[in-house]
Amino acid sequence: MSSHPGSHEDMSEENLPSERSDAHDGAVAVAEDPFADPGLPPHQPRRQDIDERAARRSERAVAFMFTLSMVATLGFIAAYSLIPPSKIVYIFPFGHVSALNFSLGWSLGVALFCIGAGAVHWARTLMSDVEMPQERHPIEAEPEVKQKVLADFRQGASESQFGRRKLIRNTMFGALAMVPLAGVVLLRDLGPMPGTSLRHTAWRKGMQLINVNTNLPLRPEDVGVGSLTFAQPPGLNDNSDDYDDVIAKAALMIVRLKPEDIKDKREADWGHEGIVAFSKICTHVGCPISLYEQQTHHVLCPCHQSTFDLSDGGRVIFGPAGHALPQLRISVNDKGYLEALGDFTEPVGPSFWERG
Amino acid sequence: MSTTNHATDDASAPRGKAPAGERLADWADGRLGVYSLAKANMRKIFPDHWSFMLGEICLYSFMIIIMTGVYLTLFFHPSMNEVTYSGPYVPLQGIRMSEAFNSTMNISFEVRGGLLIRQIHHWSAVVFIAGMFVHMMRVFFTGAFRKPREVNWMFGFLLFVLGMFTGFTGYSLPDDLLSGTGVRFMEGAILSVPIVGTYLSFFLFGGQFPGHDFVARFYTIHILLLPGIMAGLLVAHLILVFYHKHTQFPGPGRTEKNVVGMPLMPVYMAKAGGFFFLVFGVIAAVAAVASINPIWEFGPYRPDQVSTGAQPDWYMGMAEGLIRAMPGWEINFWGHTLQLGVFIPLVLFGVVLAVMALWPFIESWVTGDKSEHHLADRPRNAPTRTAFGAAWVAWYMVLLLGGGNDIAATHFHLSINAVTWFVRISFFVIPVLTFVATKRICMGLQRRDKDKVLHGRETGVIKRLPHGEFVEVHAPLDQGQMYTLTQHVQHQPFELGEEVDENGVRRKAGPVTKLRSKLSQGMYGEGSQIPKPTAEEHAEITSGHGHH
Amino acid sequence: MKKLSVRRRHPLAALVVLLFALAATGGLYAAFAPAEKAQADSSQSLAIEEGKKLYSVGCATCHGTSGEGTKTGPSLVGVGSAAVDFQVGTGRMPAQQPGAQIPAKKVAYSQAQIDQLAAYIASLGPGPSVPTKAQYSPGGADIANGGQLFRTNCSQCHNASGKGGALSDGKFAPTLQGVTPKHIYEAMLTGPQNMPNFPDTTMPEKDKKDIIAYLGEVDSGKTPSEGGLELGGLGPVSEGLFGWIFGLGTLIAVAVWVAAHTTKARKS
Repeated sequence: MSSHPGSHEDMSEENLPSERSDAHDGAVAVAEDPFADPGLPPHQPRRQDIDERAARRSERAVAFMFTLSMVATLGFIAAYSLIPPSKIVYIFPFGHVSALNFSLGWSLGVALFCIGAGAVHWARTLMSDVEMPQERHPIEAEPEVKQKVLADFRQGASESQFGRRKLIRNTMFGALAMVPLAGVVLLRDLGPMPGTSLRHTAWRKGMQLINVNTNLPLRPEDVGVGSLTFAQPPGLNDNSDDYDDVIAKAALMIVRLKPEDIKDKREADWGHEGIVAFSKICTHVGCPISLYEQQTHHVLCPCHQSTFDLSDGGRVIFGPAGHALPQLRISVNDKGYLEALGDFTEPVGPSFWERG
Repeated sequence: MSTTNHATDDASAPRGKAPAGERLADWADGRLGVYSLAKANMRKIFPDHWSFMLGEICLYSFMIIIMTGVYLTLFFHPSMNEVTYSGPYVPLQGIRMSEAFNSTMNISFEVRGGLLIRQIHHWSAVVFIAGMFVHMMRVFFTGAFRKPREVNWMFGFLLFVLGMFTGFTGYSLPDDLLSGTGVRFMEGAILSVPIVGTYLSFFLFGGQFPGHDFVARFYTIHILLLPGIMAGLLVAHLILVFYHKHTQFPGPGRTEKNVVGMPLMPVYMAKAGGFFFLVFGVIAAVAAVASINPIWEFGPYRPDQVSTGAQPDWYMGMAEGLIRAMPGWEINFWGHTLQLGVFIPLVLFGVVLAVMALWPFIESWVTGDKSEHHLADRPRNAPTRTAFGAAWVAWYMVLLLGGGNDIAATHFHLSINAVTWFVRISFFVIPVLTFVATKRICMGLQRRDKDKVLHGRETGVIKRLPHGEFVEVHAPLDQGQMYTLTQHVQHQPFELGEEVDENGVRRKAGPVTKLRSKLSQGMYGEGSQIPKPTAEEHAEITSGHGHH
Repeated sequence: MKKLSVRRRHPLAALVVLLFALAATGGLYAAFAPAEKAQADSSQSLAIEEGKKLYSVGCATCHGTSGEGTKTGPSLVGVGSAAVDFQVGTGRMPAQQPGAQIPAKKVAYSQAQIDQLAAYIASLGPGPSVPTKAQYSPGGADIANGGQLFRTNCSQCHNASGKGGALSDGKFAPTLQGVTPKHIYEAMLTGPQNMPNFPDTTMPEKDKKDIIAYLGEVDSGKTPSEGGLELGGLGPVSEGLFGWIFGLGTLIAVAVWVAAHTTKARKS
């Protein structure tokens, strides 16, 4: 009985359960090689294997779990039919939860878990737990098989005359390469061409700045220092179909700084007595950026923490945004309302290849 | 003896009782050849180890996702048409929202059990991808990706990546404020792709963001395209697991040429089948007690609204960390803009994942190992691989922290800028530190193994010798343990060899070969493994001490 | 006692004594400071007088002897009584220490004292005054409209259900749970610390009321969390942690049981 790690051919033989008691006589092997594989240890019986009463207990436990599962399923049906979805109950420590969700979840959970627990307990305590080896076979084919396959392939290839008739081969490759183009072309109508649509917003010269909260035009005296107001172009109705598309670019954030706090000259010029209007859309990936800190004049994006300085032309001072927040040029019209002096002069929102 | 009797009882019982079943089997065999299939598989052996069941967690949570997902499609309307909410949830009554959001509200508040199924679906997704992550790490650290399993490793990796995107498209469907912010991010990320980005974005969204199409398109991708591919990969993955037979941990009687365990019929049918119900039961209970994605708290999506704490689900947290830690680089040239602040993270997202996916191929190239491996490595016996894996996990964790930097800041009273800087620096430093530390730990464990084999196990029993010396009694290991600790194969580093061959012809080693030799030295050189004890060393020590 | 005397020469002994002394001083202050109850008086001028006294003891160090402000504290001229009622009524003032942000803590003054302080500060210059109950009580308000307004104006910092969030450089927007309607109203009106203000000109009284009603509905202790544990209302981060620890963690524990060897009849 050689049991060097290298010679595995007879290993599975010696691992057979019937021979195991003899195979475990390891004293001889130790003398030869202290690190030799002693083979599978002999099977040790479980309590349930030798004590029928223990086995009965296991049987009852399994049956109990299956029964519990049945009861839980009935509980599920009962909960479904009796508890209205609006019922809220307080259950410690989960809080005020939906009674229906809680009871359905637990009854379904118990019904399923008990089936699994029963089956596993059955497998673990009553089914045979004799570990047995099974041989593995090499995956690679025998050389004869490989030769046969290669020969078959060559014969098939030559019978097809694929290699000889180059014209057929080349045109076939051409056809196969071209036909997917039909599928690609079909994708064209997934959407319109971008054109210059990303360069413009709904803002036009003379449009009043409409307060999103009140839907009324804003006057300079409405906007105090340290306040934060959101504005949109006039005529927008949040029930209209294209509202989201328009507001996704036109959303405006209006703050008022003390004129002496504004560091950037252009910013001051484009505002009105310290009132400045910036795009609400982050130049990083387009989150509505409006975490305005009125003392530092910083505005932070909640998505990726790009931080802009509204007292310095919307300059980026932290985070992954690549350029300043676009500012909308505003003034006051003859009726005393804030108005835009045109569209943004640069595209709002995230950068894109053609932005330039 | 008693076990033998049991076996015969079990075998004879069904045969006597169910001739109808046998006739059915005969019918099926005549058409499907089931007997030959069953011959190979019915008593197929599976080894027992808890870590071999991680894959089953993934399989079962995937099945749960499919089942609950089918139920959800019965009630969900994948439409972005605007409606006004009039359901029972007061804080949203009269609010404009898409039909997608409205129907998700309906599922959550009016369909009985709808909320439960939604929560099971979403919790299963969280567990599914977490399970795949842990399963993948188990396979990695035990070297179970080696020949012949490299293809299956790739299948598994693809499942992981597709799982992430299926999850993303799934949680975007309700069109709520949180997921809408995520979709907006996706639009920004696509826009950052050079040359084609703008077009890709317009084609995906059917025009400008948000448009009226993405929910319906994501729906098809989420319920048909991605799960279809995943189901195919999953079947292939399982077929290969059956075909290769499972790996096993080394131990007495367990070799490269066998697999030791218990048979499919009946033990694994009960255990694996039962485990499905256990997984489903646990997830149902989790869905009963813990809320997930309560969209009514976020409200419907509007592109000018946002909630702080805008995070993706955990499996996208790594991408989120990359993008949050990235400095704002942007290049303008020739009338074009390259937004590196988004594009680099987008590329790195692929790189971080690819580094892990390609490791098996790098390792087999460096080792030049062409043999099959069916015994799992003990991680300590492959220090370089283990250190690499640990470094990758640490890298991933740093990025996860980066993805939740705002939550970390508020809950640990830190500055969000400080957390971000920590992530930026750790991105480069932590993996290196982890690599070095892990490798040292592995080497230490190898030394301890060697010590145990040669000197036995410390018993904790202190003995006083006649001349007053105190010694701790070491008990020799039994042969099974010695075998387990010494069975592993130790690779020799790949040497470049002589510059001049035996015929005097100069043989130049190309840069690739040189690189391979360098890497091999790093992996298997002196500093990277402790030579395992030899029989001679053992004999010398045991005879020298005079005790057996 | 012997142990103590042995250690009195320990290098750290001085530090321990100092700590004791500090704790005792602070404790005494805490015990006595709020105890000096001022007489409530209906007369406005008397209230201003009392408020001035309280001011010079508790506030003047940072805000200047007559509210003109110093390097450590801003001017209080024109902040109005609403700002005082909010800052002192939520315990933010008097501040414990300078920092990125002054957090809410235990309130140091009685409401009567706060009213006196507010009267004094209001006398320094016109500013928003403390709202009346009719202004902030949420009865009859439009909850859904409040939600819409909240998501437009507030949730970017305070989270969609008012759980709070991070701002730059260690500042944060606090949770709104447990904040009284009056204080929420005052905060919107006055814009404490780095919070911008939302004056009635851009956010009318009714809108503020709607927001308060919405918060009462979605962010009170009795707000149902239909699906079970709210997990802090923080969204996917806490959900992910919960899923890993209790979802996957439980499943792995179950897997360990499924795969473990069954106990043998006798130990080998």
